[in-house]
Amino acid sequence: MAEKILMKGNEALAEAAIMAGCRHYFGYPITPQTEVAAYMAKRMPKIGGTFLQAESEIAAINMVIGAAAAGKRAMTSSSSPGISLKSEGISYMAGCDLPGLIVNVQRGGPGLGGIQPSQSDYFQATRGGGHGDYHLLVLAPSSVQEMADLVFKGFDLSEKYRIPCMLLADGTMGQMMEPVSLPERSAETVEKPWALTGTEGKRKPNIINSLALAPHELEAWNQVRFERYAQIKENEQMSESYWMEDAEICVVAFGIAARVSQNAIDTAREMGIKAGMIRPITLWPFPEKALRAASAQCKAFVSVELNMGQMIEDVRLSIKCRRPVSLCCRTGGMIPTPDEVVAAIVKANEGGKQA
Amino acid sequence: MIVFEKPKALTDAPLHYCPGCTHGIIHRLVAEAMDSLDITGQTIGVASVGCSVFTYNYFNCDMVQAAHGRAPAVATGLKRADPSKIIFTYQGDGDLASIGTAETVHSAARGENITIIFVNNAIYGMTGGQMAPTSLPGQVTQTSPYGRDVNTVGYPVRICEMLSTLDGPAYIERVAVNNVKNVRQAKKAIEKAFRYQTEGKGFSLIEVISTCPTNWGKTPQAALEWAEQNMIPYYPLGVYKDKYSEEAAK
Repeated sequence: MAEKILMKGNEALAEAAIMAGCRHYFGYPITPQTEVAAYMAKRMPKIGGTFLQAESEIAAINMVIGAAAAGKRAMTSSSSPGISLKSEGISYMAGCDLPGLIVNVQRGGPGLGGIQPSQSDYFQATRGGGHGDYHLLVLAPSSVQEMADLVFKGFDLSEKYRIPCMLLADGTMGQMMEPVSLPERSAETVEKPWALTGTEGKRKPNIINSLALAPHELEAWNQVRFERYAQIKENEQMSESYWMEDAEICVVAFGIAARVSQNAIDTAREMGIKAGMIRPITLWPFPEKALRAASAQCKAFVSVELNMGQMIEDVRLSIKCRRPVSLCCRTGGMIPTPDEVVAAIVKANEGGKQA
Repeated sequence: MIVFEKPKALTDAPLHYCPGCTHGIIHRLVAEAMDSLDITGQTIGVASVGCSVFTYNYFNCDMVQAAHGRAPAVATGLKRADPSKIIFTYQGDGDLASIGTAETVHSAARGENITIIFVNNAIYGMTGGQMAPTSLPGQVTQTSPYGRDVNTVGYPVRICEMLSTLDGPAYIERVAVNNVKNVRQAKKAIEKAFRYQTEGKGFSLIEVISTCPTNWGKTPQAALEWAEQNMIPYYPLGVYKDKYSEEAAK
């Protein structure tokens, strides 16, 4: 591990992407992710890479499609309204089985919303976002260190399974500064026999396409893709447990909400409440296995989110509604205070007693 | 002695186009340019959305199918990923001049070293004959059943004229394929556009005035005549920009 340096989340992410072998960045300015573009604009020309400020978010994601189709590690970054614009292209990436990294440093919505941190694109990210049957691999960093680490993971898994990866951060993760040690490792290289590299007259043309007018053919393509999704669900669920050994109340939170919840759990423990946390790192696939295991031991769950309650549905589904699940949330760019989370834990604990 | 054969840059797949449609001629011209420059093995084509969506089955090179209007952005990504490759898009008027206007204008403004084949037949063919950005004033289509009324829906877009005001493009020419003379000129223009790209000269766009007998409700012969009498006067043929002949002239 390299020495620790103090970096902004957006910049740590950008540098990690370069270290992970990404040499093609296409973006469009939007707060609070613009540091990613600014960093890439500075670095890419020095290392023979591409930084291109596209005319729109739509163009940027389609440039990613082009570079990814050529077999290169490519990425774009944006924030919520921009991700809506990219959703068409993301659906095409999924339909074409193209890898690539899409970073969403979320801000409050809907519409133009605000520019303060949010997690209200959870549904959009975990359900696909664009049209058609598909999923993205969705990774949720909870520290500046993870902003860097998950970029490597994201590119690697994206190429392994040929699925676009979304790094779902929130404005806090993008903007805050923390010590980070950038991993000293070279990029994994995956064979890409499907890439458009020119036939050189030596092979049949490669075609990258999401169109299948024959319904049985399109169904078959989707079924093959979902077989891959099943493997991802089986192999790639990631989460971190905090004080879960003897927990009776299980907080579920990701990103900045998990950081706040960690403090709240410490307070609850001081109060004698056996609280713990499962922090999803993959939001899709959702860490169902960890949640299901916790449901055997915990009497109640609290979903802490920066939205009106989106992940709570996955918590309920994962534990098959066997335990009460309550919601502790703020939205519009507001962040729950540790006290608000403590109050939710206390209430869940009392509710559990009554039950 | 062989005097006429199918270009090697075309596959054996039978074209799906309607009888009398000029896409077939334009495909052939593109393929002949690839053959003559011997670039098929290094070429990557970008298919668009519209009648030409299946071009990925017809050209004997690597192909990607892009979302409606986004082909120039996909082409940009491909070219930036590997500048040694020859990248072209093949787009119709709805794709290029309506939904993809921004991608068209900005790829031209950046001077991306790509070649765009823009097929203008003044109508949406694939969806069954709706008004296009290039439909002529008074033209009857499914969505302009009383004729294109310029007072309510405005005027057709002249892409070559518009793009030639930009400093970015290297070469812009409008050609037609309605008679032998024009087909010959179109062949020259398309080959030159690809040649410019191989020479690193930058962005080129060739607009090809085309026909749609099916949705125009005309026989193939009458469609060619309609293009001659109505489209070409509105969309004059010729070179709109050629940075290198301008420079040569200086």
